[in-house]
Amino acid sequence: MKKMGFVLASTASLLMAGAAYATDVKIGVLNDRSGIYADIAGEGSVIAAQMAVEDFKATDKGINVSIVSADHQNKPDVGSNIARQWYDTENVDVIADVPTSSVALAVNEITKEKNKIFLASGPASSDLTGKACSPNTVHWTYDTWALANGTGSAMVAQGGDSWFFVTADYAFGHALERDTSAVVEASGGKVLGAVRHPFPGQDFSSFLLQAQGSGAKVVGLANAGGDTINAVKQASEFGITQGGQALAALLMFINDVHALGLEVAQGLVLTSAFYWDKNDQTREFSARFQERNAGQKPSMIEAGVYASVLHYLKAVEAVGDKDAAKVMAKMKEMPTEDPLFGKGTIRADGRKLHDMYLFRVKKPDQSKRPWDYFETVATIPADKAFRPLAEGGCSLVK
Amino acid sequence: MFELLGIPPQVLFGQLLLGLINGSFYAVLSLGLAVIFGLLNIINFTHGAQYMLGAFGAWMLLNYLGVGYWWAVFIVPPIVGVTGIVLERVMIRRLYHLDHLYGLLLTFGLALIIVGFFRQFFGVSGLPYPPPPLLTGGYNLGFMYLPNSRAWVIVASLIVCLATWFIIEKTRLGAYLRAATENPTMVGAFGINVPLLVTLTYGFGVALAGFAGVLAAPIYAVNPNMGADLIIVVFAVVVIGGMGSILGSILTGFGLGLIEGLTRVFYPEGSAVVIFVIMALVLLVKPAGLFGRSV
Amino acid sequence: MTTDTNPIAMTAITAVGAAGMPRHHLAIFVALFVFLIAAPFLLYPIFVMKVLCFALFACAFNLLLGFGGLLSFGHAAYFGMASYVSAHAAKVWGLTPELAIIAGTLVAAVLGLAIGSLAIRRHGIYFAMVTLAFAQMIYFFSLQAAFTGGEDGIQAVPRGHLFGLIDLGSSDVLYFFVLAIFFAGILLIYRIIHSPFGQVLKAIRENEPRAISLGYRVNRYKLAVFVLSATLAGVAGATKAIVFQLASLTDVYWTMSGEVVLMTLLGGMGTVFGPIVGAAVIVTMQNYLATFGDWVTIGQGIIFVVAVLSFREGIVGVLAKWIRKPL
Repeated sequence: MKKMGFVLASTASLLMAGAAYATDVKIGVLNDRSGIYADIAGEGSVIAAQMAVEDFKATDKGINVSIVSADHQNKPDVGSNIARQWYDTENVDVIADVPTSSVALAVNEITKEKNKIFLASGPASSDLTGKACSPNTVHWTYDTWALANGTGSAMVAQGGDSWFFVTADYAFGHALERDTSAVVEASGGKVLGAVRHPFPGQDFSSFLLQAQGSGAKVVGLANAGGDTINAVKQASEFGITQGGQALAALLMFINDVHALGLEVAQGLVLTSAFYWDKNDQTREFSARFQERNAGQKPSMIEAGVYASVLHYLKAVEAVGDKDAAKVMAKMKEMPTEDPLFGKGTIRADGRKLHDMYLFRVKKPDQSKRPWDYFETVATIPADKAFRPLAEGGCSLVK
Repeated sequence: MFELLGIPPQVLFGQLLLGLINGSFYAVLSLGLAVIFGLLNIINFTHGAQYMLGAFGAWMLLNYLGVGYWWAVFIVPPIVGVTGIVLERVMIRRLYHLDHLYGLLLTFGLALIIVGFFRQFFGVSGLPYPPPPLLTGGYNLGFMYLPNSRAWVIVASLIVCLATWFIIEKTRLGAYLRAATENPTMVGAFGINVPLLVTLTYGFGVALAGFAGVLAAPIYAVNPNMGADLIIVVFAVVVIGGMGSILGSILTGFGLGLIEGLTRVFYPEGSAVVIFVIMALVLLVKPAGLFGRSV
Repeated sequence: MTTDTNPIAMTAITAVGAAGMPRHHLAIFVALFVFLIAAPFLLYPIFVMKVLCFALFACAFNLLLGFGGLLSFGHAAYFGMASYVSAHAAKVWGLTPELAIIAGTLVAAVLGLAIGSLAIRRHGIYFAMVTLAFAQMIYFFSLQAAFTGGEDGIQAVPRGHLFGLIDLGSSDVLYFFVLAIFFAGILLIYRIIHSPFGQVLKAIRENEPRAISLGYRVNRYKLAVFVLSATLAGVAGATKAIVFQLASLTDVYWTMSGEVVLMTLLGGMGTVFGPIVGAAVIVTMQNYLATFGDWVTIGQGIIFVVAVLSFREGIVGVLAKWIRKPL
């Protein structure tokens, strides 16, 4: 495997040697621009990538960056077609973002085959650094394991030691439920039950009633997007939180909270890698971002696109070349530092490590200004936030 | 205390009630589809988008004009109905002499356009619609907590369904409608303006979808995609009830809501597919649907 | 609804000499062949392969709708299931690509036989609904079954070696393999519609009671065309899995069934070449307008509306009218 990569890399560098006078880098932002993830990782991710290029002052440093973007419509065949075409005919060097695990897994394979670089900010599947891990992929922002771990352990530590899951009936939901159950049980809590709802779901009343009837202290929502929004909205209708049960959304974005409104979302607990109001640097970035993105604050995925593109460009500058193997080695060797995630590192399996945060959604009267939504409950340090290297089953780890 | 397959009766009652509430959405939506199919012979695939328009209508009234929910219940359905009338006059009208297929394809295309525009301008995360004060809170029925908003849904949709049934089956206007369904030429010969009747019927069917949308706004997320998957289910409800049968669509709507509710207890994963299993069974055993006339 | 207003009748194939293809059909086939041989040098080969897979899918669908007069609203089931089986066979069982495709096709054929034998008992919109219902069950099965990988799908399917010999890893080699499948598929469809069997189908479509009174076992013919259509849709789906090296839920979802109707309608149902044109237009739109996000959806909707309102014969149907020859 390693040898193969080396041979590919050396041929690539031989080919490139002729045109080494200035580095032209082409970044393809591939995401969902019309479906359920368009608001958390659509046009906003493209803006984030552009801002990274501008903030890096790439042209001053002899790197000409161009950005292309496309909509994969959450369809793996559309996504893989675009990815191949970008790599084969349009000289794209890096693909960034790619929410939706099925598409991301496909892009992951293609990127490995074509020996390019994949900066995965959007997808959740922890397989990307596990059994599907690739020397060409960095999984930047979050993954199912980190979400499960963050919310699960922190909730138990806060006394939420009995759980009931409302799980979306597909691989992503199952993974979240499985990982969270493991964490809850390992931390001394117990899981009272789970109900699987069809995906996508509209009416959650029946499942919430079952959760209510279970008497569990925490109702864990192992779903995403519109499902979570509907479930939270109806949980408030049925008085789940008023009845003393805590509601934990295992994957939720700030845009979802915005869509729900604080009246409904208050008290909800969630794990996230980023919050715009964390410090001066994040606030400064978010204000600029908001101006360009129709008044929306950045989601953690968009923040991840910014930070990963920035780190990639730094590595290209340091190497003085865009050869995938060399740049990738540099990216993993150099510690990461950016205004949004602070300091961090990239592990051998491609996992980017940074702190994760457990947030609680504020009550309406606690919110002082627009988008003032979260209060920090706990910080999960980088070395505890992600799955230990040895447990992932990644073939790159010896 | 007895238990049914390990489910305590309280839970079962709760689930049945919830099923009935969901059934009311199916009933109102499938009623609209059935009315339209009965007279126009058009399978209105835009119905899901028109349901979404109802919810957005309520949201826009609240956010742009400050008009609250209770007004929206009365204002929005007619507005959505008027948009339907425009569609009927401009486009759908031209397809009456053709196969069902074309009506279905045209309305499918219209749905894509409407939903596409709303996604473009309002995003896909959905928008918050706070329930009005009267609908917050709820009653503890002993076996479950019934939010007022849900209780209202079941009451409102029952009223609307019964009123529609009454108009169509018991009034003179309804008699014209039923006659025009049977034989438009003959009814026209009696001096009744059949094209106008057809247009108004489409508008009415669409208004019902808009009404269901308004009912949904405080409960579900107001989202451009909210009707996209629902339409297939409602479609199945109409087919099971018997295409064009008014009473059939109402009863089937509530009935399937109940069955779906039960499935959610015993086999939750299967609750999305159970309606299709029933549809296949019904069509194979009773081709015209449970309440339909044979074809 | 009387039969003379049946839209499907409008673009009926006129009588064809028993000797074989009319000259202009032959010319089109040759031109298409030459173009497709040259295509990978002009266009991106994977994109062309995608068009070919969908074109074959649409042609298979058109065999049922345009020539059998049966509107199925659940063709994604055969396309998608074949795609899963083919991907699974190539990846897990390690079969060579041609065997994997055959495996997928067989499953589609069996599914077609099972669902078809139930569905053909109903007519018109009820037929469409029965097929939709079964397709939804297949979707549910695909979501639940372990081997499909849920919404992640089956990823990293090896392209393998054709007959165990020729490496399909290169897109150019693979292209000619797909091209061969595509041509075999559409020539087979062409042969079917112009055979005596096809003529009986036409008779049934035009006037079923008369065909029955003439002594034809109508249901057997309908079932046969249903199974053929499902099988060929399966070929397309199974091939697509090898081309893209993945199989996913998109292929079994009901919107895929809708898309194939759109392709067929846009190109011209009941024409030989229409579905190919329709598939090419739709896939091109999805591919090259991907940057515009929602506008693609809106564009598709507009195409639907315009096609239904002003050229129901489809692109090729309109052309056929101009040159006064069936295409």
